[in-house]
Amino acid sequence: MGFKHKDIIALRDLTRDEIQLLLDTAENMREVNSREIKKVPTLRGKTIINLFYEASTRTRTSFEIAAKRLSADTVNISTSTSSSTKGETLLDTALNLLAMKPDIIVMRHAISGSHYFLAKRLPCSIINAGDGAHEHPSQGLLDMLTMRQKFGMLEGLKVAIVGDITHSRVARSAIHGLTKMGASIFLSGPPTMVPPGIERMGNVTVCNDMRDAISGADVVMMLRIQLERQGKTLLPTMKEYSRYYGLNQENLKLAKKDAMVMHPGPINRGVELSSHVADGDQSYILKQVENGVAVRMAMLYHVSGGELPTE
Amino acid sequence: MESDSTVILDGAGVKRALTRIAHEILEKNKGVEDLILAGIRTGGVYLAQELARRLEEIEGGKVLVGEVDITLYRDDIKGHSEHRPVGKTDIPFSIEKKKVVLVDDVLYTGRSIRAAMDAIMDHGRPSCIQLAVLVDRGHRELPIRADFVGRNVPTSIKEKIVVNFDPANNPTDVVLQK
Repeated sequence: MGFKHKDIIALRDLTRDEIQLLLDTAENMREVNSREIKKVPTLRGKTIINLFYEASTRTRTSFEIAAKRLSADTVNISTSTSSSTKGETLLDTALNLLAMKPDIIVMRHAISGSHYFLAKRLPCSIINAGDGAHEHPSQGLLDMLTMRQKFGMLEGLKVAIVGDITHSRVARSAIHGLTKMGASIFLSGPPTMVPPGIERMGNVTVCNDMRDAISGADVVMMLRIQLERQGKTLLPTMKEYSRYYGLNQENLKLAKKDAMVMHPGPINRGVELSSHVADGDQSYILKQVENGVAVRMAMLYHVSGGELPTE
Repeated sequence: MESDSTVILDGAGVKRALTRIAHEILEKNKGVEDLILAGIRTGGVYLAQELARRLEEIEGGKVLVGEVDITLYRDDIKGHSEHRPVGKTDIPFSIEKKKVVLVDDVLYTGRSIRAAMDAIMDHGRPSCIQLAVLVDRGHRELPIRADFVGRNVPTSIKEKIVVNFDPANNPTDVVLQK
């Protein structure tokens, strides 16, 4: 019982019990976010640095708010204004920050595995806010929390994930997390965007036709077409993508009647999601964002673990 | 695991103590108006529900009961090991200008009560906070005292007081373990 890791880098590295603990803690942290004084003194005096090498609004803000609600001090560093534009290496940046004694570094970086690199070399905790196409554990956790809130459990859920799977760290964290918690995942996307062999990553079935993936699904998770990530064109046109892989009022009917529509954001309206669905009753997108703060509070809390005193 | 343990209060003793505490609460507060019971997780929550039941039986009005989890307010969080799981704090009503009676099973160093008071203050401004405990075992490390006490049990630091609950969360007995 209890969370024994110094860092949270990948859901793949956590056990089912540890994921459960994070979800349960997050659920109980939600109360702090809905009262008038949205603060508890738990991480008072801790310093948390948000080191974002990639653009982000919602994730970075979410981590910042989470830290502040736990009374920690936060510092935001984004690359455009940092010394990396002067050519400083990741390790040098981290060591320099370390001299200022942070307790936790929350990092987003374009290179998969960069967090393991830092975690091995730094004594402070490292939390992954997204590394390349590898994992986005806080997103995976908040997605699972949102599903669990609606259905009561994750075991046996049929979750469809549609979009550019190849470049998606969100999809990978979802696959690892949901498989450990007993759900089944149905992936779909243009064949150029679904990596061969991904079935082996977990309880995964690949469907070339999006309609097969979403048939009878409890959850339909749409991924953003990552325009900034592709050098080469993996799609003929956005219009064609939208026609074959976009979610709209019509094809949503293939899913279960009370199916949840989810999206990690930001949405390309009219491309992967029609406005009607994005703003409709089945959309839990804003709920995901709300849960994001609680989940990140839970991650920061458990990674700062203290000595369990004897009663 | 059989440690040397003595029963301080048996089932009947617990019931009588709670009934007496309920009467004392009513006497001191002249009824249940503006009264809120706030049970401290976990033992205090069930005791608060028991007290609310008795208050409603005796006086007739409905008594609001909230649950306070103090994990996030503890003063012993430090270092690099494991944090306790966080429980639910549930105070689904306003405590502005209300009389909040904190309820806990065992009063020892007083640090849990200090944490509970901070948690309550973050929810609003009560008109006063009182404290009801089933057992006061001494050894205060902070200047805190209970308004209502079930039983005073002088103990040594090596000993432990445990309030037992059955699967339906009713208090069954109180034991002293050496």
